[in-house]
Amino acid sequence: MSATGIGASVRRKEDLRFLTGRGNYTDDINRPGQTHAYILRSPHAHAKINAIDISAAQAAPGVIAIFTGKDMAADALGGLPCGWQIHSRDGSPMKEPGHPALVVDRVRHVGDQVAVVIAESLGQAKDAAELIEVDYAPLPAIAHPGKALAGAAPQVWDEAPGNLCYDWIIGDEAEVDAVLKGAHHVTRIELTNNRLIPNAMEPRAAVGEYDRSTGDYTLYTTSQNPHVIRLLMGAFVLHIPEHRLRVVAPDVGGGFGSKIYHYAEEAIVTWASAKINRPIKWTAERSESFMTDAHGRDHVTTAQLAMDKDGKFLAFKVDTIANMGAYLSTFAPCVPTYLYATLLAGVYKTPKIFANVRAVFTHTVPVDAYRGAGRPEATYLVERIVSQAAREMGLDQAELRRRNFIKREEFPYQTPVALVYDSGDPAGCLDKALKLADYAGFEARRKEAAARGKYRGIGFSTYVEACGIAPSAVVGSLGARAGLYECGQVRVHPTGSVTVFTGTHSHGQGHETTFAQLVSDKLGIPIENVDVVHGDTAKVPFGMGTYGSRSLAVGGVAIDRAMDKVIAKAKKIAAHLLEAAEADIVFENGEFSVAGTDRKKAFGEISLAAYVPHNYPITELEPGLEETAFFDPLNFSYPGGAHLCEVEIDPDTGVTEVVKFTAVDDFGRVINPMIVEGQVHGGLAQGIGQALLEACVYDEDGQLITGSFMDYTMPRADNLPNFSLDTHNVPAPDNPLGVKGCGEVGAIGSPPAVINAIIDALSPLGITAISMPATPPKVWQAIRSARPSVAAE
Amino acid sequence: MAISVSMTVNGKTVSGDVEARTLLVQFLREQLQLTGTHVGCDTSQCGACVVHIDGESVKSCTVLAAQVNGTSVTTIEGLANNGTLHPMQEAFREHHGLQCGFCTPGMVMSAIDLVKTHPKPDEHTIREWLEGNICRCTGYHNIVKAIKAGAEKMSAA
Ligand code: FES
Ligand code: FES
Repeated sequence: MSATGIGASVRRKEDLRFLTGRGNYTDDINRPGQTHAYILRSPHAHAKINAIDISAAQAAPGVIAIFTGKDMAADALGGLPCGWQIHSRDGSPMKEPGHPALVVDRVRHVGDQVAVVIAESLGQAKDAAELIEVDYAPLPAIAHPGKALAGAAPQVWDEAPGNLCYDWIIGDEAEVDAVLKGAHHVTRIELTNNRLIPNAMEPRAAVGEYDRSTGDYTLYTTSQNPHVIRLLMGAFVLHIPEHRLRVVAPDVGGGFGSKIYHYAEEAIVTWASAKINRPIKWTAERSESFMTDAHGRDHVTTAQLAMDKDGKFLAFKVDTIANMGAYLSTFAPCVPTYLYATLLAGVYKTPKIFANVRAVFTHTVPVDAYRGAGRPEATYLVERIVSQAAREMGLDQAELRRRNFIKREEFPYQTPVALVYDSGDPAGCLDKALKLADYAGFEARRKEAAARGKYRGIGFSTYVEACGIAPSAVVGSLGARAGLYECGQVRVHPTGSVTVFTGTHSHGQGHETTFAQLVSDKLGIPIENVDVVHGDTAKVPFGMGTYGSRSLAVGGVAIDRAMDKVIAKAKKIAAHLLEAAEADIVFENGEFSVAGTDRKKAFGEISLAAYVPHNYPITELEPGLEETAFFDPLNFSYPGGAHLCEVEIDPDTGVTEVVKFTAVDDFGRVINPMIVEGQVHGGLAQGIGQALLEACVYDEDGQLITGSFMDYTMPRADNLPNFSLDTHNVPAPDNPLGVKGCGEVGAIGSPPAVINAIIDALSPLGITAISMPATPPKVWQAIRSARPSVAAE
Repeated sequence: MAISVSMTVNGKTVSGDVEARTLLVQFLREQLQLTGTHVGCDTSQCGACVVHIDGESVKSCTVLAAQVNGTSVTTIEGLANNGTLHPMQEAFREHHGLQCGFCTPGMVMSAIDLVKTHPKPDEHTIREWLEGNICRCTGYHNIVKAIKAGAEKMSAA
């Protein structure tokens, strides 16, 4: 292994600019003549707009223009499109109401866009917005998914009776019911997957610019997938052909899913920049992020797991209500279906599974994919019910899991819910984690904690997830309206340095380093000679962006394939220069040599010949050395692992401290261990945050109660432990690089480990369930209710 | 209503006209184009905006530009010395203490201030100190490691 090749913890190339304040985030961009937009938003969860009076605002100092939904409608603009269509069990397509960038006559969630004020300064735009008079007639609202289907619930859309978006199933219900009926034991669970607010630290921002000399538009935006935004906004909303629209996603300060989607503000600033003939910048304030970024999770579920007398799983039945919010965000409908229900087998050989998912509209901001997207919800359900089953059956947590694990040699494994896991070793991961966590010593630690007056518990989560999305043909058959391949372009310059163009986008993942390692390793050139370019539709040929842990598993392979083409062409040039047969040319360590001889040419000599083709096979070969590859995988990528969480609970305060967190994950093959560990750390923090701290709360009237960092608890440094990590890598046969995704596993595996640990700690009190987030008041209350005698003290 | 302000920023004297409501962070980002200092919230919670005013870490979204007239301000852009990274910057790089980089300037500025009062901070002290700095990417594990290492280097220097 070279110091900069595959497997090395190369320090990141991108760090220097971030550490010296030279990053280039969207809000750092200022265009000549730039104006500022402020968006007036609905204070109501649901209201009819009788009238909007902008006259006073228009006369305010510095105001250039004010637009409302009527102005956009007059230009016959489209609504924000949804990229995935789900069909209900009766074959009917999901209900897909319109999603205007600026509403016309009705608002459907707090924060809905009502008008945009464009002024010389942001201060002037805000001042003017206060002068806009909107005559609202407030209407009753519904926020809770569990209540949205009730007959008397306020309706979000006339075209979606009962607030039902779709009623989707997978599996054979009658078959599963029959097994449940005759089973030795059935474990039942009811749980909520709490609604989360992604809160990437960089608020969303957009700068729109129209070039009147060419008629071209440029949008700078905080996006994880600029080409997707170009496609969605250009084709569906603004009707601008792709060659007239450039989308740039420069440095982006975290995404976690929330920056995948096409948002109204992007369309508004782009469209309006032509109207006023000046660039327009909009940057979200954090309170706007809270009420307009797509949220995550928000499921209400009941489930039953049937077992035989030995604890072997026989059947699993799941009923889930998933909140879509007021409108369908870009990928929302696929999250609780194809990214959730297809993972309900987990790492177990449950032969029969049935799931019914009903997606509902509510008067809340749209819900879409958030780190893990569907797989955390599935994993939380499966690992909670498995842990509960072990307690009910009186079996050790590890033992019940082992009895049901898919064994290493049983991969590839066809689950009853559509997926074929290509490789894995659940038992191997668990064994390693148990050792690393000193499971054998746990009971002693529990006793020692009890002596200090603390409840100590250990929680298990053994998971698998499907990422690296995805095979286009598969997702297409499941309702995706786009392909999910990736593009990589490798441009070898005359001197032998290389620029890589990737359709993925890095917003913290370190692609500029990891992808440069791939190139340095394969082409045998110094890593300093490799530059990775992403995030600009004018530079990168095409791309589907970064989400679903797909960048390396899909985008990395595209780069690798492009390098194969570069090497193939370079071999032809080398054969010519070395006067040898092409078949005799060997490429190794950056040198082309004739097999069995000492005749060779360095990589840079070949690239130079490609661009200075004086002595060149010009009749057979074009000059230049630049290749593009598109890669569409044949299967998803299946990382998995075992997460063990140890907590200590203070009965006097209800505070849960994560004292130890062990994660052993299977990533197939690791390119940069340092970066991969960082990804796991970040995912674990978000998962532990979901389990202990984070909750998005709407009140009965649809008002967002947790609208700032003062009300929504973000994980802070003192809420988290040091993590104890290891890997147990089983190469992925279905991936040409052998890699599996790593970006989301932390958020997928950890929440059930934490909650199972709390339940384990409190089980001596007879407590068998606690909901997320397990905040101190909730835990304290649970302890008091379980120990009434203590409460009376 | 414009107010004239003058201060030293990263060793250079700067002056400008600001509105009474202009925050220091706005003055730095918009008038001086020092965009390394970030804005991550509107409730003074995230710490992305931390700079040093006369050597002490301050959230630059909580002070008005007019209030710091006559002071000496250091931002993330002013830390490296002729291209040599400050030991704390170097430690963040070495220990992968940053991912998207958005919280990073505030983290680094805050960490340097910590070391002033705690030359050898232990993990607990570091985690408590970071109460006012939120990172959504790293899970803090490597930030804590970086600050420990950075503190050691600073104390050794
Ligand atoms: S911007 Fe968040 S604390 Fe200053
Ligand atoms: S590195 Fe992204 S928020 Fe800290």
